[in-house]
Amino acid sequence: MEQTNTIQFTKKNLESDQAVRWCPGCGDYAILSQTQKTMPDFGRKKEEFAFISGIGCSSRFPYYMNTYGFHSIHGRAPAIASGVKIANPDLSVWVVTGDGDGLSIGGNHFMHALRRNMDLNIMMFNNRIYGLTKGQYSPTSKVGHVTKATPNGSIDIPLNPPLLALGAQATFVARTIDRWQKHLSEMMTRSYNHDGGSIIEVYQNCNIFNDGAFEEYTGKEKFDNVIELKNNEPMLFARGTKGIKMDGSNPVVVDMEKHSVDEILIHDETNLNQALIVANWTSHPVLPEPIGVLYCIDKPTYNQEMVNQIENARKVRGKRSVQDLLNVGDTWTVS
Amino acid sequence: MGKTFKTIDEAVIRFAGDSGDGMQLTGGRFTETTAIVGNDLSTLPDFPAEIRAPAGSLAGVSAFQIRFSSKDIHTPGHRPDVLVSMNPAALKVHQKEIIPGGTIIANTDAFTKKNLNFAGYENNPIEDGTLDDYFTVIPIEMNKMVKAACEGIDLSPKLVARTKNLFALGVLFYMYDRPLDATEKWLRKKFKGKDAIIEANTKALNAGYNYGDTTELFTTRYKVEKAVLPKGTYRNINGNYATSLGLLAASERSGLDIFYGGYPITPASDILHTLASWKHFGVQTFQAEDEIAGIMSIIGASFAGKLGVTATSGPGIALKGEAMGLAVITELPMVIINVQRGGPSTGLPTKTEQSDLNQAFYGRNGEAPMPIIAPSTPGDCFLAAYEACKIAIKYMTPVFYLSDGYLANGSEPWKIPQIKDLDPIEVKFSDKPNEGDSFLPYKRDDKTLSRPWALPGTPGLEHRLGGIEKEENTGHVNYDPDNHHRMTELRKEKIARVASDIGKTKIYGDSKGDLLILGWGGTYGACRSSAETLREENYKVSHVQLRWINPFPSDLKSILSNFKNVLIPEINMGQLIKLIRSEFLVDAKGLNLVRGKPIGAPVITEKVKEILG
Repeated sequence: MEQTNTIQFTKKNLESDQAVRWCPGCGDYAILSQTQKTMPDFGRKKEEFAFISGIGCSSRFPYYMNTYGFHSIHGRAPAIASGVKIANPDLSVWVVTGDGDGLSIGGNHFMHALRRNMDLNIMMFNNRIYGLTKGQYSPTSKVGHVTKATPNGSIDIPLNPPLLALGAQATFVARTIDRWQKHLSEMMTRSYNHDGGSIIEVYQNCNIFNDGAFEEYTGKEKFDNVIELKNNEPMLFARGTKGIKMDGSNPVVVDMEKHSVDEILIHDETNLNQALIVANWTSHPVLPEPIGVLYCIDKPTYNQEMVNQIENARKVRGKRSVQDLLNVGDTWTVS
Repeated sequence: MGKTFKTIDEAVIRFAGDSGDGMQLTGGRFTETTAIVGNDLSTLPDFPAEIRAPAGSLAGVSAFQIRFSSKDIHTPGHRPDVLVSMNPAALKVHQKEIIPGGTIIANTDAFTKKNLNFAGYENNPIEDGTLDDYFTVIPIEMNKMVKAACEGIDLSPKLVARTKNLFALGVLFYMYDRPLDATEKWLRKKFKGKDAIIEANTKALNAGYNYGDTTELFTTRYKVEKAVLPKGTYRNINGNYATSLGLLAASERSGLDIFYGGYPITPASDILHTLASWKHFGVQTFQAEDEIAGIMSIIGASFAGKLGVTATSGPGIALKGEAMGLAVITELPMVIINVQRGGPSTGLPTKTEQSDLNQAFYGRNGEAPMPIIAPSTPGDCFLAAYEACKIAIKYMTPVFYLSDGYLANGSEPWKIPQIKDLDPIEVKFSDKPNEGDSFLPYKRDDKTLSRPWALPGTPGLEHRLGGIEKEENTGHVNYDPDNHHRMTELRKEKIARVASDIGKTKIYGDSKGDLLILGWGGTYGACRSSAETLREENYKVSHVQLRWINPFPSDLKSILSNFKNVLIPEINMGQLIKLIRSEFLVDAKGLNLVRGKPIGAPVITEKVKEILG
């Protein structure tokens, strides 16, 4: 939710007094730094932010933010954050989670927080690996991924996080990449401004256990492999040389030298059917990796509906004392 | 033939029938009227876990027992004087518990060949004389009776037949001389807008009463005079409702709104239902996706300044284990309610047991102590819940509240307390730094060792909580061995200090003697009744019921040392007894029955006599 006031703080004020202990070169550093850089622009008091996390490398995040924070237990951050948000809807509540924390052990909470449209900003750092437990495959690891736990290659089929989020009826689904700093900042701002549950999947490089997992989206050929979605704009990528066109119900990549921009699919953030199609481009052999806001609609939030129900109950039934409640009904007096 | 009135001290009635026969409702109505009449009473609902087991089956029998008296009583009684049996299965299940010479009122219309076979009877026991030597059998064609009574009412035969429980209730009201008006009023409210249903049920109720009056089957009616209870205004109350009210009273007195997060589970769900109906009191209820999310949400809400509450039963507590540890290490106030049922695993969902005490004590990884309180009667749930909230807030700790299925669903007359007379609950949120310019979230109060409660939104007090070991005072992540040992000690010592808030232990009987019956939680009534009986027979027996089990009351050690024997009756295989033995080196004896039912007073009395020779 937006709020404007004159309280100013800087990136520096958001740095806690704790030494950051991620491995040197970890993508988490970039996300932390970008978060601290972006947040002052929201125009909200620093004390009104709460960062809630589960367990894993990403979940150490709250310790490094000089805001209110809670490093909880594995997978449960959306549940604890839901409690915080319902209890005090005036707070801006952020959940920091990972692919293991958010999708495996915490898959249930992830799904239900989104379904309820709880006004939480969920940032899921997806590095497609378990880092803190030293390199086992995660629910987003690719088939065949060799780790200590899968010496013969993983036979698990990976989850597609945006598709899962859409299936859970999320009202804001976005994806970004740790190395795309400006884009990351934009996605955070969009999430902040969305009144409802938001999920930002952040592709994040684990340089120790899964280095280069996203090389094709961050390296030299990144623009050929990534499509940056912009609302109401044609879906062009590869510096405008390629576009996406619908061939019946199938999206296909076309060469813009041979096609007009009128033929190109226009991104519409409010179109669920289209969002489902775009979400399916995740790790697609031919289609480009979509980043940006895949889907964004307005729906009543759980937290606001809760406020409304309580206000309404007070209006209808009036404010009574507990003593009144004790005294009503079938009573008798012994004298 | 004229009817004679006989005045008796007390009676035990059991209504039994198929799950669909409305036995809980019938029992509930008899209870409300009995409460209004002014008897002391105690009830024991006993229903199957299945919503609708096959009609007429033994598994589908649902029962409700009430004991009412002109004296002060503490238990729902053991063996019924009167069994209302709505079908053969109900008779089959309950007949062996009726006292010799007792009365069986049977709905003979349900004693069909099919139902008899289903219940395992070869012959109709109502007709073959097998019961007549032992009991007074009163056969009534209830279906026919209600059909006649409801003639002319525009209702399907099926709905008319359903009123037979009200007919049975009317018969019992006649037998025990109880008024019908409270039930009639209740019917009008319950079925508002459904005039035909109201009319049919009212007619069935009156038909039952009049049947008792006109038939010659009843030669005697019984009077049970008002009980002499302490002065005051009373209502009938069950444990789950009293628990909910206690929480709400704590909310009002502390000024903190309740945040309830939980997942439906028998026999705790009624707490969720009740709290959900109190939104006008500012109560927030969150039916979470699972037990874990239930407790996690209250940890979050407590962090944000609410009075966090979750209620579940044993299986749910098992799932909440890790989160309870988080609540312990982050030292946030909340109340965790376990309405115990039979275990292990799914166990006996609708039956009572006390087998989760070990779980409450030890069911978390690491050293994770929590205060544990166990209410002793349905009405006591109110004060116990209130106290649980008070201690949670004062000591900044999760408090474990151990109720059970018997307390939750059982009811008794309850003297309505004055909220203003309850102990105040003081809440102090931090609003400024507590160490120079800094805020130390783990700087403790000298007396209680509680840490400050600083809410998100408060400027300048930004801090991080979490499940990793905390550095003393600062709360920073810390792996230092000495710090860990120190913090473990502090967490333990903090809970030990709760003992200073527990009043003197109440002893029923003398403070010295041959034997102390030491109970906890829901066995109160049975232990107390047994002690009363034994003292009347000049045994030097006293009774103590523990409410706080962690920490133990400070005077417990000296109390125990004043008795030659200690007997600990429990509905488990001996859980409190191990704590008592290890803590006080007392050679206590156990009485352990796990039958999914409350322990009866006679069993305890017998055991005491056996010990004392």
